This record gives sequence, C-alpha cells and structure tokens, in this order.
Amino acid sequence: MRMQNTLVKESENDRVLERERELITEIMAGNHERYYELIAPIERRVYYTAYAILRTEADAEEVSQEAILKAFRGLRTFRGEARFSSWLLSIVGNEARMRLRKRREVSLELLKSPDNEDEYTPIELAEWREIPVEALAQKELAARLEEALAALPEIYREVLTLRDIDELNIAETSAALEISVPAVKTRLSRARLMVRDYFISRSWARHSAVGKAKP
Amino acid sequence: MITLNCEEVRREISNYLDDDMSPRMRRLLEAHLEQCRNCAVLLDSTHNVLVLLADEQRFELPAGFSFRVRQMLAKEFEKKQNGD
Repeated sequence: MRMQNTLVKESENDRVLERERELITEIMAGNHERYYELIAPIERRVYYTAYAILRTEADAEEVSQEAILKAFRGLRTFRGEARFSSWLLSIVGNEARMRLRKRREVSLELLKSPDNEDEYTPIELAEWREIPVEALAQKELAARLEEALAALPEIYREVLTLRDIDELNIAETSAALEISVPAVKTRLSRARLMVRDYFISRSWARHSAVGKAKP
Repeated sequence: MITLNCEEVRREISNYLDDDMSPRMRRLLEAHLEQCRNCAVLLDSTHNVLVLLADEQRFELPAGFSFRVRQMLAKEFEKKQNGD
C-alpha cells in the first residue's frame, strides 16, 4: 500500500531473486533438499491462492501439494526471469481452476465472464468511527471479516484474497488468475469497495444500537 | 483547474491505496479528498478494512501443512534418487 517504500522493496526483490537463483542451481545439481528452503517462504501464499479459488481446506491443500510437486518436476523449465514465487503461484492458480472446473462441471465462462463495468456505488458512511470495530471482540472480528469475504462473488474474492491477504503484487495476481493487469485492477477496485460494504453492513447488523445505515 | 467528481474518485481509490497513479492524478484526487468528506471517509474506511483483512494472524495454514508438504517431497526426492 501507499506507505510502502518502493526503493526498499526493489532491493529486497533483487536479494530474493539472487537467493532463489542460488537455490535453484543447487537443486538442479542434485541437492534436492534445498527445495524446502525455496518453497518455505511462500507456502502460505501457495495455500491461500488455492484456497481463494477452491474455498475448501482439503482441496486447497491437495492442490498446493500438487503444484509444489509439479514445480519441482518442472524446475528445469523455469527461466528465472520472474520470481520463483510468481511462477509457482501461477501453477497453483492453474491447478486450482482445473480442480474447480472438474468439481463443479460448470464452464469457466461463468467465472471468467467479463467484468460488469457498471459503476459500483459504495455505502455512504458519515464517519469511519461509526463502525463499531472496537466493540467487536477479536474472534468476532475475524468471523465478520471471513463472512464479508465469503459473501463476495467469486471473481472478486479471488482477486482480493491474492492481493490483499496473500499480498501478491499486481503482476503476480495477474499471473495467478491468468487475467490481464488492467482486469486485475478493475476487479480489485470493485472487490475492495464491496468487502468494505459487506463488512460494514454486517457489523451494523449485529450492533444495531450503533446502526445508522442509510437505505 | 480541472477537478474530479466523486464517481471518478471512487474509481481511483484502489489505485491510490496501491500508490499506482500519476502524480497529476494524485494531486487531483487529494484536492478532492480535502474538500469532500464522503470520499475521505470512503478512503479511510476501505483502507481500514483492508488492513484488518491483511492481518495474517487470522489466516493460518492448516495444522501440519508444512510437515505434510515435506513428507510428500521426501518421497519424491527418494524416487528421483533411485530412479534417475
């Protein structure tokens, strides 16, 4: 987000890239155990990429494992231009969508339907502090967030999870979802306003004393 | 001076949070935010919800996930060692 120092981020990125290259060279030379080190920092993002798409723990774990294995077997084909994490995440995204397609036997047309370009109008709010965040216990807060996330239509939940929970950058999100960068931005914009609204309306619903929701 | 209306601001809020806009657009947007309470609140509340969402403590890996990944890989390494 806005506060991040882009210069720091860039040099950090260079260091990560260099480290990845070293590890990959070693793994290719037969030191397979070093693959653990390569994937350890991204396990969580791998899992949540799968989870963002599949929404069940068991499927997300299976797909994560498959993708990690597939990346190991295909390491030779990784060209090292992008980060290993982006590559692995695009594999996970692919595997998860394939699984989803099988599971549901619905065409991907539905999931990939072009974004509705209609303007999204967020709920108006007199002041942020009217949202009773402080009044919510931690556990309840987590539940409200999870509910708000679950209430989002799939294409918005995916993009929001990848970008704002897994903290993938725009390019990585675009790779994982196989949609263009502009499409990521459009969906993300909508998703962020929607999740805010769902969260607010749910918080209000449970704390009607504070509720001043406009119709 | 050209100004943005609320609708245009709304469309750009996400990019603003990502610091993904031209300096000119940023100036226009910030000028609007200074004048428009509704949009300022919209920005703050959206930002706050995203900060809450990003708090990774709430979203843990399933117990034993890393262990199972390692087990699966160990089998693969063994196969590879014996196979090719």
